Amino acid sequence: MHEENSKHNHHIGYGTYVLVWLALLAFTSITVTVAGVSLGEYTLFVALSIAAIKSALVINIFMHIKFDEKIFKVFLLISGFTLLVIFILTFFDFIYR
Amino acid sequence: MANGTTTVNEKSFYQQSTNKYSGILSWLLTTDHKRIGIMYGVTILFFFLVGVILGVLMRLELMAPGKTIVDAQTYNSLFTLHGVIMIFLFIIPGLPAIFGNFFLPIQIGARDVAFPRLNLLSYYIYVAGALLALLAVILPGGAIDTGWTFYIPYSIRSNTNVSLPLLAAFVLGFSSILTGLNFITTVHRMRAPGMTFFKMPLFVWATYATAWIQIIATPVIGITIVLVILERLFGVGIFDPALGGDPILFQHLFWIYSHPAVYIMILPAMGVVSEIIPTFARRTIFGYKAIAISSLAIAFVGYLVWAHHMFTSGMSDTARWIFSLLTFIVALPSGVKIFNWVATMYKGSIDPKPPFLWVMSFIFLFSIGGLTGLVLGSLATDIHVHDTYFVVAHFHFVMFGGTGTIFFAAIHYWFPKMFGRLYNDKLATLGVLGFFIGFMLLYFPKFIMGYMGMPRRYYDYLPEFASLQLISTIGSWVLAATIFFIVGYLIHALFKGPKAGSNPWGGVTLEWHIQSPPTMENFKEIPKITHEPYDFSQLKEMKNEYS
Ligand code: HEM
Ligand SMILES: [Cu+2]
Repeated sequence: MHEENSKHNHHIGYGTYVLVWLALLAFTSITVTVAGVSLGEYTLFVALSIAAIKSALVINIFMHIKFDEKIFKVFLLISGFTLLVIFILTFFDFIYR
Repeated sequence: MANGTTTVNEKSFYQQSTNKYSGILSWLLTTDHKRIGIMYGVTILFFFLVGVILGVLMRLELMAPGKTIVDAQTYNSLFTLHGVIMIFLFIIPGLPAIFGNFFLPIQIGARDVAFPRLNLLSYYIYVAGALLALLAVILPGGAIDTGWTFYIPYSIRSNTNVSLPLLAAFVLGFSSILTGLNFITTVHRMRAPGMTFFKMPLFVWATYATAWIQIIATPVIGITIVLVILERLFGVGIFDPALGGDPILFQHLFWIYSHPAVYIMILPAMGVVSEIIPTFARRTIFGYKAIAISSLAIAFVGYLVWAHHMFTSGMSDTARWIFSLLTFIVALPSGVKIFNWVATMYKGSIDPKPPFLWVMSFIFLFSIGGLTGLVLGSLATDIHVHDTYFVVAHFHFVMFGGTGTIFFAAIHYWFPKMFGRLYNDKLATLGVLGFFIGFMLLYFPKFIMGYMGMPRRYYDYLPEFASLQLISTIGSWVLAATIFFIVGYLIHALFKGPKAGSNPWGGVTLEWHIQSPPTMENFKEIPKITHEPYDFSQLKEMKNEYS
């Protein structure tokens, strides 16, 4: 697998990796801080947005999806879409309970 | 379709090993998808029979009111183990792991799956998960008594061994995910030249759609299980209301996996039905594309209905009517399939051999299961029958009458190809009959008792249920005896049955073009696909290919 993919891999420098890692750490501390602040109905929205940004970073950079073939992106999109639908449906219980 | 793919009487895959060993090691370390399929077959059949015995024990307890053979606590463990074994060790892996492994590569003209070693690893992960589940029964503390649904808060409070069987389900999930991954890659990368998506047999389509559910849904149960274990071990308050958690969240997460999982069970079965009906009606399948696409549709809409298991859980009213509505919509793609199957048989020249009879039995039992599902899916009626025997009857009809019946159909359909032997048709017809009678006696009374108010998961009952309970127990004897009878004549046929030719039923998908049992790499030359998958005009040319 690795040999095959590395052909079309754009090289990512260590610098980028460290930067992304720092960004992830920063977002994690924001999550923790925000958890202590009362944001009312926005709490969930903020937490989910931060989580979404973090996953986007991990998936694109660490997991190389940004530089991979289109089919992988399609597959990922299908899974992501399913997840979104599941979230929305769960909220019909959570919000109206 | 297959020109000069193989000649008869070459060494079969039983006589040729993929590794340097012979004997038992040539099996345990094999990477041949067919041998792995058979190893799964032996293991899964074993657990199925264990599950059947547990079921019969429960029925013995319920034969008469009061304590009969076990006490209440043991009964709780019995239905939990029975449920866990039947769900996680039999019905979820059953068809994909055995018949998917054996026939998916052959049906698309490939020599193996995309990742043969990963395939073997999946098998061992399955075995590891099964052993963990068994270990939990033996260890002190007592066998798990939560029911196979592990509902919070009881699964946090129960003093029996809960964490270990949970871990077992977690491990089994990985086996399922890896198998799904393997099948998706195989379908995308390994199809023979000319085998476009719309020339693939419908069993391949169904297994492909199933693989997607396996990959996307299984991680949800994995995470949920980890959270429950954490909560048991460290008291993290995620689900337990006493710790500030939300028990309904557990039910959401559990069913977000477990509802799609019922499609992991039934889709491959529907695929098998779509193979068997054209073969025995000698007629191309009606609405090929509609059936193929409806598999994908079912896989997707299967994600939208999970909370129909939670109408009485205390979730919001809005969620209740939305999920009830969505549930009714899911019935549509399943209806598409049933109508297409019936239309295929219309004016066909039907040959009622045992595999076909199993399929007829399936259509009958599965339709009852499906229609009673609508009673459970509509909000008002579900409140009345929720957690009663009505539910127990419903899910045995869909899972056992549906997928379980097709498990037997698939064995009878592909047995000559897998083992190169024929079984006795008369005994097999008796088998279908005994199964059907036993099944109806065992489960139909449960619909009536459930409607009368008999709750599920109780080891005792009021006197007014006594006669129906007794009928049900007698049914369990007929059914279990028939199952052992079937296993018996099949094992006999394995050693003593007459030799099978390459195409005993007159099928036309690729597996019927190669010898029985197949050679190690299935095809000498990868075939070029020119025909539609169920084009029976090929039968004439196939006669000349081999005798
Ligand atoms: C001869 C075969 C079988 C017999 C006699 C049998 C009998 C039973 C009985 C008596 C119960 C408990 C009902 C209650 O007290 O609530 C039960 C539960 C159950 N059965 Fe079966 N069954 C058989 C086969 C199967 C098969 C093939 C499957 C799956 C494909 C299955 C899946 C389940 C599940 C999931 C439960 C629920 C367990 C729970 O409540 O946690 N059974 N069965
Ligand atoms: Cu469901």
